[in-house]
Amino acid sequence: MGQHLISAKQLSRADIERVLDHAAALDRDSPTDRRSGTLLGLCFFEPSTRTRLSFEAAIKRLGGDALDMGAIEASSVTKGETLADTVRVLAGYADALVLRHPSEGAARMASEFVSVPLINAGDGAGQHPTQTLLDLYTIRENVGLDDLSIGIMGDLKYGRTVHSLSLALTNFDTTQHLISPESLRLPRGVRYDLEAAGASVQEHTDLDPVLPDLDVLYVTRIQRERFPDDAEYRAIAGEYRIDATALDDAKEGLIVMHPLPRVEEIAPDVDETPHARYFEQAKNGVAVRMALLDLALGGGGIFAERETGSLADWNEGEDSP
Amino acid sequence: MNGPDRDDRSERDDRGETDGGHDHELRVTKIRDGTVIDHVPGGLALTVLGVLGIDGSAGEVVSVGMNVPSDRLDRKDVLKIENRELTRDELDVLSLIAPAATINIVREYNVAGKHRVERPEQVSGVLSCPNPDCITAGNEPVVPTFDVLEEGVRCVYCGTILGAEGADLSEHADIG
Repeated sequence: MGQHLISAKQLSRADIERVLDHAAALDRDSPTDRRSGTLLGLCFFEPSTRTRLSFEAAIKRLGGDALDMGAIEASSVTKGETLADTVRVLAGYADALVLRHPSEGAARMASEFVSVPLINAGDGAGQHPTQTLLDLYTIRENVGLDDLSIGIMGDLKYGRTVHSLSLALTNFDTTQHLISPESLRLPRGVRYDLEAAGASVQEHTDLDPVLPDLDVLYVTRIQRERFPDDAEYRAIAGEYRIDATALDDAKEGLIVMHPLPRVEEIAPDVDETPHARYFEQAKNGVAVRMALLDLALGGGGIFAERETGSLADWNEGEDSP
Repeated sequence: MNGPDRDDRSERDDRGETDGGHDHELRVTKIRDGTVIDHVPGGLALTVLGVLGIDGSAGEVVSVGMNVPSDRLDRKDVLKIENRELTRDELDVLSLIAPAATINIVREYNVAGKHRVERPEQVSGVLSCPNPDCITAGNEPVVPTFDVLEEGVRCVYCGTILGAEGADLSEHADIG
């Protein structure tokens, strides 16, 4: 099995720092030929703008090129081909694969069928570990990753970016304030991992009481389709929107993040405040994905040498904390 | 009062040796060939049958003792299934519901094998994932696999945790 990035649960502090350090170096040097001649397979079974384009930009900035499977409507998937067969074929064409798929566990399963590195770019309501790495990069650049108080707000149940971020943060000295309606709290599996990791987590239904303590406010979108009727959606989503006035009580140095796309959960007037970091965050996606791809394609692997809880252990079926 | 002698009597019967004709507690007779599952937590016998896919429709002869006094478990269930020996997969699932169970294989009234169930680290192909969005729910060539936790099991693909409660497991058992 190759060196696959499937879940944030795989990532140790050393792994994260290795990728972020490498991203910072690539961001400074902006090289163009480190991975010339390599091909990255983009397998997106769901619509994506930022993730797909930033991976494409990343491989091209490294001197390589991308093979895009294109829209699934125009592919053999419509003929009933399994994901397993699709990735096996594409692995024969490319040096690494990036997969987004609507089913949870899709990346883990696909990785069992390929020998080239496979990177999970989102599997249903499961995980989105590359988003997490660029989130961590943005946090580190702005406020540092230790002694951190972070609020994560919105749809914590179905939000894969939240699942990955919350797990990865357990590697650092952070307090996580999880702010959501009761019906959209973290799923049981993620809670189990957080508890196993001894994470410092507090749950809230209201942002106001915790806002003054936060260094980071990570906002996610509450999706209309998660609610049985429109009125309920509007009532709940309305409570988890912020605007510039809502941030009056925040620390001066608070940064506001969002994996994007945003709809109405962050009012445009926040963009003009010194708190807004979401566009910087999206931009960081290229450097972080360059780092990931450079490590994955370099033969040494994405993951740092380490004592315990390594990807190798994980691949052998052990449950690393 | 649940004296050790009561438990001993049921053990003797489970081994097919003798019930001495005076055991008022056990209420079931020894079997000629088949499997005796002993030390199932009290009240879970029907769940075990459900997990094993035994509902009587195939004509199996099954005796069930429920909430029998036991030293080890306080109250235990005992199942005697005639003319059937359990497979490895069945034992794996059984171990999740009844980790203290003992299995006696009976042939010609004698115990041909007696062993405790062992909780495996992982079970494959014996449970289906309850998450409809899990990759194992589609038509992919993948066998549903679960890590066994201290309480319950967890899908290795989507991470969904299935409770330790028997009903939860029996609903998703996929063996035989």
